[in-house]
Amino acid sequence: MGLPNASGDLSTEVEVDAFRRLFPLRFYEKHLLESIRPDARSLGRARETTIALGAVASANGSALAKIGSTTMLAAIKMEVMTPSLETPDEGCIAIDFHMPPICSPIVRPGRPAEGAPVVAKQLSDTILSSGMINLKELSLDIYCLDADGALFDTALLSAVAAFSHLEIPVVSLNDDGKIVLSEEQGLSDREPVNKEKRKINLSSVPFSLTCVLHKNYILADPTAEEESIMDTIVTVVLDSSSQLVSLHKPGGTVLAYTSAIQDCIALTRQRVKELQKILEEGISGMEVD
Amino acid sequence: MEVDREDGRSQNQLRPLACSRNILHRAHGSASWSQGDTKVLAAVYGPKAGTKKNENPEKACIEVIWKPKTGQIGKPEKEYEMILKRTLESICILTVNPNTTTSIIVQVVNDDGALLPSAINAACMALVDAGIPMKHLAVAICCCVAKSGYVILDPTKLEEQKMKAFAYLVFPNSVRSVLPEGSLRVEGEPIENGIITSVTHGIMSVADYFYCLERGRAASVKLSDFLRRNLQQQSTDSSKAG
Repeated sequence: MGLPNASGDLSTEVEVDAFRRLFPLRFYEKHLLESIRPDARSLGRARETTIALGAVASANGSALAKIGSTTMLAAIKMEVMTPSLETPDEGCIAIDFHMPPICSPIVRPGRPAEGAPVVAKQLSDTILSSGMINLKELSLDIYCLDADGALFDTALLSAVAAFSHLEIPVVSLNDDGKIVLSEEQGLSDREPVNKEKRKINLSSVPFSLTCVLHKNYILADPTAEEESIMDTIVTVVLDSSSQLVSLHKPGGTVLAYTSAIQDCIALTRQRVKELQKILEEGISGMEVD
Repeated sequence: MEVDREDGRSQNQLRPLACSRNILHRAHGSASWSQGDTKVLAAVYGPKAGTKKNENPEKACIEVIWKPKTGQIGKPEKEYEMILKRTLESICILTVNPNTTTSIIVQVVNDDGALLPSAINAACMALVDAGIPMKHLAVAICCCVAKSGYVILDPTKLEEQKMKAFAYLVFPNSVRSVLPEGSLRVEGEPIENGIITSVTHGIMSVADYFYCLERGRAASVKLSDFLRRNLQQQSTDSSKAG
């Protein structure tokens, strides 16, 4: 009566899923022996990356970055301020990283996610120490919309893309001698300080790659499942002139020897080239519009 | 290249180290670690029953609380807590006491450069004092790269601020074994060359980073010897008292 083949297939399907849940490490090791991962990627390949610039119309600069399923939205708002006495030429930048409950089942409303302040601090260290921008008053907000591994990579990519999209708005002096945004005051008769919206200058732009170490294998761009099973995570940030901005390895069962570090840095170099191309395509796409 | 450091040390010279264990009576283990003027106090309570909510109950869990010298707890403290937690999780044998929590409280007494490495060293000694089973010790060191390219070890706070970049490195302690040397090598490198933790700030070239690793490894051997002497001394003292 029944179709024996169909029920046979169904039972093997259920078994694979059950095996994946019950013995995740053995499931992955079976794949690693064949140098492949469950989503059919090779060990050194990152997931598909896309960047969309100008996602938020009301912000001065914004970008939506996706690496695989991990989605981050970055938005920059510029405000006029008086600089501090010690650094009269510089403004300041405030970087905020949010992980709202929409991004992952482990984030509960009201309690901030554990990894969030760490990613925020790493991000602000990287952006400030890479010397990417000459500071004005900037407020950078990054919202995680979907957390599926490699949070820092995606957050950095979205921040970098938002900065390349950023346009400094036109400002002018009002009656009190203060600088204000021209559109706000409606003082179109006043002489604007800068004639037109201009792009911000970016010197060395940082790009990053997160790898997971497991015995002798190095897996690039882990998903959330891979990150939770294999606990040794290495994040390498290189800038466009191949200088090391950060090499972050917070503990982990596997010790990193020189050969593993060199492999991670080599994988990151390749990734930097890929990301630079994707970013340029995104920017040129915007300019055509 | 001769480098003039303000306190007269050479490039690879560490500040005077001092460590004392069992200084707090209520804590299960405690240690105070000072490198020059940087002083950190660590206390260990545990293993206590039960793990925290999202943690795996088949393994022991480690909880770190970082108390700064002044001010509120903010993002830098949370980052230090995370780095310490991951580092100590990798050196402790977590399968010996499953479904337990070990709390480590780190109190900064004075910060004069190389704060995180001192905290890691203090926490490791406190864990030894508490008798928590570990695979090996964690030896932490700070290396700085200056703008002109030379590398100095164990900077003071002033030196840290002037430097182009610095790296905190944590290695396992040096191995003294009766087995023949070749059998303990992994991928052709001795076990103590592996990096447990690495946190860098500022921009440096890749070659500078590998140079820092070399200098860090050499310094970790000296630190391991200091730890060994310190632990052996205190254990003979306590046996005399008993």
